[in-house]
Amino acid sequence: MPDRLIFGDNQFFGVNHMSEDKARAQAIRFQTDDAVLEVLEAANRNGIRSFMCTTHDRLGSIVPSVLQRPEAFPDQQFLPCMPYAHKYSNAMAEQGIIGSLQGFLPERGRIEALVRSGRSLASRDIAGVATLLIDAEMRPFRNASTPVVFLQNVTVDLILGLGAYEIFQVFADHVRTRYNAEPGFITMNVPRLLDALRMQEIENPLVCANVNKLGFRMSGGVEAYEEALRRADFRLIAMSIFASGAIPPAEAVRWVCGLPNIESIVFGASSERNIVSTRDLVETYWRRQPV
Amino acid sequence: MIRLGIVGLGKMGLSHYAIANSTPGAQVVAVCDSSTLLLGFIDRYGRVNTYTSMPEMLAAERLDGVIISTPNHLHAEMVRTALAAGVAVFCEKPFTLSAHESIDLTELASANGLVTQVGYHYRYVATFQEMKHLIEGGALGKVTHAEAEAYGPVVVRPANATWRSKKSAGGGALYDYAPHPINLLTWLFGAPKTAIGTVMTSVFSADTEDEVLGTFQWPDSLSAHLSVSWSDTSERKMATKVSLWGAEGKIVADRQEIRVFLRHAAETSRRAYSAGWTTLNIAELTPPVAYYLRGEEYSLQMEDFVARVRNRALDGVNDFRSAATTDEAIELLTGANSGRQQEIEKVVAPRRRLWVRS
Repeated sequence: MPDRLIFGDNQFFGVNHMSEDKARAQAIRFQTDDAVLEVLEAANRNGIRSFMCTTHDRLGSIVPSVLQRPEAFPDQQFLPCMPYAHKYSNAMAEQGIIGSLQGFLPERGRIEALVRSGRSLASRDIAGVATLLIDAEMRPFRNASTPVVFLQNVTVDLILGLGAYEIFQVFADHVRTRYNAEPGFITMNVPRLLDALRMQEIENPLVCANVNKLGFRMSGGVEAYEEALRRADFRLIAMSIFASGAIPPAEAVRWVCGLPNIESIVFGASSERNIVSTRDLVETYWRRQPV
Repeated sequence: MIRLGIVGLGKMGLSHYAIANSTPGAQVVAVCDSSTLLLGFIDRYGRVNTYTSMPEMLAAERLDGVIISTPNHLHAEMVRTALAAGVAVFCEKPFTLSAHESIDLTELASANGLVTQVGYHYRYVATFQEMKHLIEGGALGKVTHAEAEAYGPVVVRPANATWRSKKSAGGGALYDYAPHPINLLTWLFGAPKTAIGTVMTSVFSADTEDEVLGTFQWPDSLSAHLSVSWSDTSERKMATKVSLWGAEGKIVADRQEIRVFLRHAAETSRRAYSAGWTTLNIAELTPPVAYYLRGEEYSLQMEDFVARVRNRALDGVNDFRSAATTDEAIELLTGANSGRQQEIEKVVAPRRRLWVRS
């Protein structure tokens, strides 16, 4: 079971859905690993020990730095979210789909063989390629505790849109068997995704999605989300609860904590002061137990 | 149910496939591509028929429309084939590589009574829509100066791997990035009359430009400066921004937010603006979509296309006619280039590095 409060990473990698200026300011502020580690340490010190992070190249140096200092990061856990979509998207524009796959996989020959092999064989080996891509994305997390591994929303929602639901099963199986971790699915389309996961018989899935008072990027509508939550046949990790700052903090937290059956909340912050204030707000409004 | 076929499963084709397939009232029933690997994937996991030939797909499937997302130089011929088969066409941008051809296809579609659309998704971004709404309402008074920019990390090292870096295939920043800001300018202000001072430079590419600079002029003393680079590693993804200066204030819009400075308070049919700065972001402005993949604008443009096909609405915000205007503006730019490209010394990365990449 994931922690009640999870620390997110958007602020570290220049992601801000509301303002390119803010995104740039954060990218400048966090361009050294030390700046990231300082805030991560503050989160850990305040009891928030799960770090949900995209498989950005920079994790390759951040993760070992955390592991080298267990006294500063007791019980630190990483919840990797893969893949880092822009890495693939930019590579696809630059090198094409096949070229990108070759670039990201250690076994270059595997893709070349696939390209040569013709359609029937290609269709058989795609699950194998997918698991190799997962392994490549997991490389920065060697020796780290990774209780949950997430598939990022662009990938989840692309698979959902294409109707290629079996890929969800490929991901879930590989994450469970190879990493002894629970598979998680990030999406902007919770009601649709739940239908697809049900068809694949993935029981009580762990799903991470936007949950905010504005209904921003909650496709299918707030009501459908609330209805799904009342059914309680999945576990929802709420993200983007402040809609990147569009909703005042107390109002945002009160609304989310008032929903039934929310498993966890993931939030980002750039300073210890903000980490503590969000943690305290959640403790105030979430009466089940202290986070 | 609107039955759609997809031609070309690249980055945009896959995205359109997922979005169209999830748009209420539409279903993707066939896809066409030349890659055996991709078709193998679709055969195995998709729920559609696959083809390697577009005419074969058109003949075998009873389609209402096709989405064409092939390399740029193939658009014209494929659009012509689809129009001849009597189906509606959604073509990825840019429309074609020749304004003459674009106009010809516009007339053909019009004569056949077919719905057409080109994938200029920025016209569906709420911030740019708000900008247009303000301009049309006269909030800025007389607009004299515009700045249209697009930066992103497509070509960030010397490479020549895909059609995007081949001039003959319609590659280069001129046809990839520049059409977006140009299309926003033609949407806001109509067709420009002249272009001056075009400069197209290479940063990394051997065969195409990576940067485009230029100035458009309209008859009513409006000038717009264009600044484009697809070799900007500081951006995570394409960032497009339009800034407008008018007698009554200034507006700056990008995909995330719109910042409005007005000398005097003003009221539009949508909201009241006070004097001074007002900032609105997409969380406040964007309508919800039925399915979200990578930005509401991509879903909204497909919802619009499907609704237009269903209603046989021939005029639309991104119909062929409007896209042909953008192609004409692109040709104004290249006409103003006057052979300067050959004179510019190519900028190359220094052979001896003074730093070590970590």
